[in-house]
Amino acid sequence: MFGYILRRLLSAIPVLVIVAVLVFLMLRFTPGDPAAVIAGDNASSEQIALIRNRLGLDQPVLTQFTIWAGNLLTGNLGESFFFKKTIAELIASRIEPTLSLAFATILIAVVVAIPLGVLAAYRHGSWIDRIVMGFSVLGFSVPVFVIGYLMIYVFAITLGWFPVQGYQPLSQGFGGYVQRLVLPSLTLSVIYIALIARMTRASVLEVLNEDYIRTARAKGQVERKILFRHALKNAAVPIVTVVGIGIALLIGGVVVTESVFAIPGLGRLTVDAVLARDYPTIQAVILLFSGVYVGINLLIDLAYSLFDPRIRY
Amino acid sequence: MSAEPTILAPVVAERPASRRRIFGRLLRNPSVAIGGFVLVVMTLIGLLAPVLGTLDPTAINPSTRNKVPGFERTIRADDGSTSVFKHRMGTDSLGRDVYSRVVYGARVSLMIAVTVALASVAIGLVIGLVAGYIRWLDGPIMRVMDGLMAIPGILLAIAVVSLFRAGLAAVVIAIIVPEIPRVVRLVRSIVLSVREEPYVEAAIMAGTRVPALMARHILPNTVAPLIVQGTFIAASAILVEAILSFLGIGIPPETPSWGNIMAEGRNLFRVFPHNILYPGIFLGLTVLAVNMLGDGLRDTLDPKMADR
Amino acid sequence: MMSRWKIVTAAAALLAGSSMAQAQTTMKVVMHSDVKIVDPIWTTAYIVRNHGYMIYDTLFSMDEKGEIKPQMVESYTESPDKLTYKFTLRDGLLWHDGKPVTSEDCIPSIKRWAAKDPVGQKLMTFVDTITADDAKSFTVKLKSPTGLLIFGLGKPSSNVPFMMPKRVAETDPNTQISEFIGSGPFVLKTDEWKPGDKIVYTRFKEYKPRSEPASGLAGGKVVKLDRVEWLAVSDQQQAVNALLAGEIDMVEQPAFDLIPLVKADSNIKLWTYNPLGLQYTMRFNHTQPPFDNPKVRQAVTYALNQKDFLEATVGNPDYYKVCKAMFVCGSPMATEKGMDGLLESNFKKSQELLKEAGYDGKPIVLLHSTDLQSLTNLGPVAKQLLEKGGFKVDMQSSDWQTVVSRRVRKDPVDKGGWNLMQTAWVSADILNPVMAGFFNASCDKAAFGWPCDEQMEKLRDDFAREPDPAKQKAIVEAVQLRWRESPTHVHLGQYDVPIAARSNISGILTAPAPVFWNVEKK
Repeated sequence: MFGYILRRLLSAIPVLVIVAVLVFLMLRFTPGDPAAVIAGDNASSEQIALIRNRLGLDQPVLTQFTIWAGNLLTGNLGESFFFKKTIAELIASRIEPTLSLAFATILIAVVVAIPLGVLAAYRHGSWIDRIVMGFSVLGFSVPVFVIGYLMIYVFAITLGWFPVQGYQPLSQGFGGYVQRLVLPSLTLSVIYIALIARMTRASVLEVLNEDYIRTARAKGQVERKILFRHALKNAAVPIVTVVGIGIALLIGGVVVTESVFAIPGLGRLTVDAVLARDYPTIQAVILLFSGVYVGINLLIDLAYSLFDPRIRY
Repeated sequence: MSAEPTILAPVVAERPASRRRIFGRLLRNPSVAIGGFVLVVMTLIGLLAPVLGTLDPTAINPSTRNKVPGFERTIRADDGSTSVFKHRMGTDSLGRDVYSRVVYGARVSLMIAVTVALASVAIGLVIGLVAGYIRWLDGPIMRVMDGLMAIPGILLAIAVVSLFRAGLAAVVIAIIVPEIPRVVRLVRSIVLSVREEPYVEAAIMAGTRVPALMARHILPNTVAPLIVQGTFIAASAILVEAILSFLGIGIPPETPSWGNIMAEGRNLFRVFPHNILYPGIFLGLTVLAVNMLGDGLRDTLDPKMADR
Repeated sequence: MMSRWKIVTAAAALLAGSSMAQAQTTMKVVMHSDVKIVDPIWTTAYIVRNHGYMIYDTLFSMDEKGEIKPQMVESYTESPDKLTYKFTLRDGLLWHDGKPVTSEDCIPSIKRWAAKDPVGQKLMTFVDTITADDAKSFTVKLKSPTGLLIFGLGKPSSNVPFMMPKRVAETDPNTQISEFIGSGPFVLKTDEWKPGDKIVYTRFKEYKPRSEPASGLAGGKVVKLDRVEWLAVSDQQQAVNALLAGEIDMVEQPAFDLIPLVKADSNIKLWTYNPLGLQYTMRFNHTQPPFDNPKVRQAVTYALNQKDFLEATVGNPDYYKVCKAMFVCGSPMATEKGMDGLLESNFKKSQELLKEAGYDGKPIVLLHSTDLQSLTNLGPVAKQLLEKGGFKVDMQSSDWQTVVSRRVRKDPVDKGGWNLMQTAWVSADILNPVMAGFFNASCDKAAFGWPCDEQMEKLRDDFAREPDPAKQKAIVEAVQLRWRESPTHVHLGQYDVPIAARSNISGILTAPAPVFWNVEKK
């Protein structure tokens, strides 16, 4: 087991290295010139050249990469071209909203989607099933920002239940924190609910057809017990997997949701950094997101092999 | 990273004789029928755009901007004659006719969907075949794919868009790139499992050449899963295009795509919701139709993938 | 536990005395952009200028009538030959770290500003020496007389000559400063500043305002707020939504199309704080064909008209003005000399000129930015008008940052270069031909677009040397006539953006930049 975990951990390293190289190369070929953006409207060509020189942008790409990678290995993410802060600081100040949003979304999604999926599977072919499936297809078909605007229009503007925008750190009170988190995480959870409900339904359906469930039923066990003790337990593995796969989806959604609700999280940081051609920040954030994605999937892999003793790699 | 526990088991290639039966079965599947019907209608709308009572979708008219649906405008032709044009869906902030943009938008959005689906499937197929067949390339290719897959799709797309000059091609490429690794994995897994099949091993033993082997045994097995995968890619392409436009890095805003019309109107959603509503309905309906079609195709063509 | 807490709060209230008895007034504002860079000398971005007005002070400042008045300066003397100026600072000026402001601080501040700012650069060609006389006074000696000295030190908009402590002001002009200490009425809370989220200022309690009432940027900077927070909300509509919901107190630049929504709400008041407003501009790239040919540039001046641009971007005539005067309608240098027949969409004339110039029909590259609400609609209008005027236009859309980085490239069009781009200037920056950066026609040294016109440069030099306003006006007329022959850029009309604030906010000053002293929240 230990050897397996170690091997899986090691196998994640080349992936991250490849991500780093890909991201670095990609950004260096972009047409935008951060020096010109930084210098502002009235700057002369000489001033821009000076800034370019100071940022090290006039050095060969390989040199730039070596410096960056070297710093990275020592844990130094570098300094943002724009914000006059280290990237570590920037990320630290932006991580709370994004984590909160992600957790709230997953929480809502799991709480809503799994019962829905189980119900749909249990009542396979009924109107409940159709509604759940219909919703799950629909959830995939509407852009996140449209959902966001509709939510704001209905719940914030018309009904006035929630603030229209913004984020309040947990340290400033739990009430305000939750109040401002509800609409964005509801918005973001729609697509996630669709995904998980579908997966749950499918997995439970499969399990329900297994022999041992039939046996349990034949033995006269209570249906609810069958559903939750046997079916859901065995369907847990694929469900957990889809939660992991959905992380990428979630990260994509975070970028949009944070823009709509003016939440100062990592998603907005990424968009701002891309628009400003803030190379070091983009690199660091994409690397971070990729690391999270790889890490979560690694955990799920490991969990998978723990839960399901049949699987050995 | 290779944690997809459910390796998509391929169906053994169907024989040609059963093709008609499949087609009949497909049409009887309600998802396929409804989804297909909606898509045919949308395609027709796109193709027939010039004769559907539209104006030039890029012609601006600052004096009649932000008009609500139903607004009537007098148009003066070059020869001095006048006619009245009714803006069925209102106008946007440059005075462009939203109805015309939505109708022409069907062209652009569907074109993006089809292009992205075909291109990512084709590229993914080639890379997947190479990875699955040439053993020593398998490792490096799959590591790069793992790397690409580890970058969240939207972020990758944003990065790719910023690579090129903003334009249709850049956006299409930006949407294709993140889709490729998924196709590659699918194809590779099919190749790997088909290779193990006794009849394929027999064919290899008998000295069948690689191209023939591919054409006869491997490619046919990829068709059904790739069609299914392709439809889902098409659906997501339409959505990603809209999101890129929303973030302000999509195709040139002049080009009428549903995403662009919505992005243009989003700042005025509260005062002029029609700018988001109409293209939103068309977009939602189309994506819904594509998704339904995909579900239906999967149920029929690829029963083992069904319900996933 | 409970009772102990009560005792602590009670004690704190007692200790704090009566001033704390009142609630802290915090004003939450959405400005037009997020503050990312905080060096107002290093960049010209308007948001950084606004930040500068929060934490820094200026030697002179412009009042509501456009006159330059002393601000940090108590008094100054001018020698009869107009070559020697002696300035004395006011008493009681302090940096935010509590140290007194001295002339040793002001001299490097002036020098750093003059190294970056176009007016400052021009000014320095006149300056012989700047020397400190004592801690509170310094002397400027000129080589020849110029009106630029006082005008420059009171320059209201980017770059503003803000005063910084000596150690900060001695930073290389091309390096950003890393310490944010000023002597202005607000203090930057560096620990609460989160780029992309918010920037926080608190009242500088030791600030000594002038005794005169506030007028424009001049007069006493009396702060009536304890705390000002600028929030970064990138979505225009969300900013207005938040204002309507009372979550914030003010939006600096509400989108024009959302103004009816704001107007309909009795809790919101609109303030036209910057009557001179802004001016839309189209810039030619003079280094690339076809705009290296003055005839082709003239064709553009005939093909365009201001109304279409203003209608498409602003839409509401209350907030725009068709104005052919290049140096801003309503300002002393406003004149329509040389403008007859231009900017009236005379497509025939434009086509004729193109024919004469031998324009080959090669598409011209128009850079179009799509993410700044106020600029987005300019591109399509320009395209349509120019095409009617006989041009072929290739409108290339991208985000503003890409436009900014492309417009500084002199490469040929097919190698990433450009022909035309559009932007907006705050009127306060373009009140005469020396200030207005786009009239700088000194070839490579000019701003992007790089016009090269000796005659124009000669006129600008004359203007800088001419202290008499009447004669200045004559030079301005000559400038516009020369411009007609060889246009450097085209002005596309004036507009102004009102501030939208909750009705409990009062005292917003009429000035070229939004400032927060004198503002009250009830």
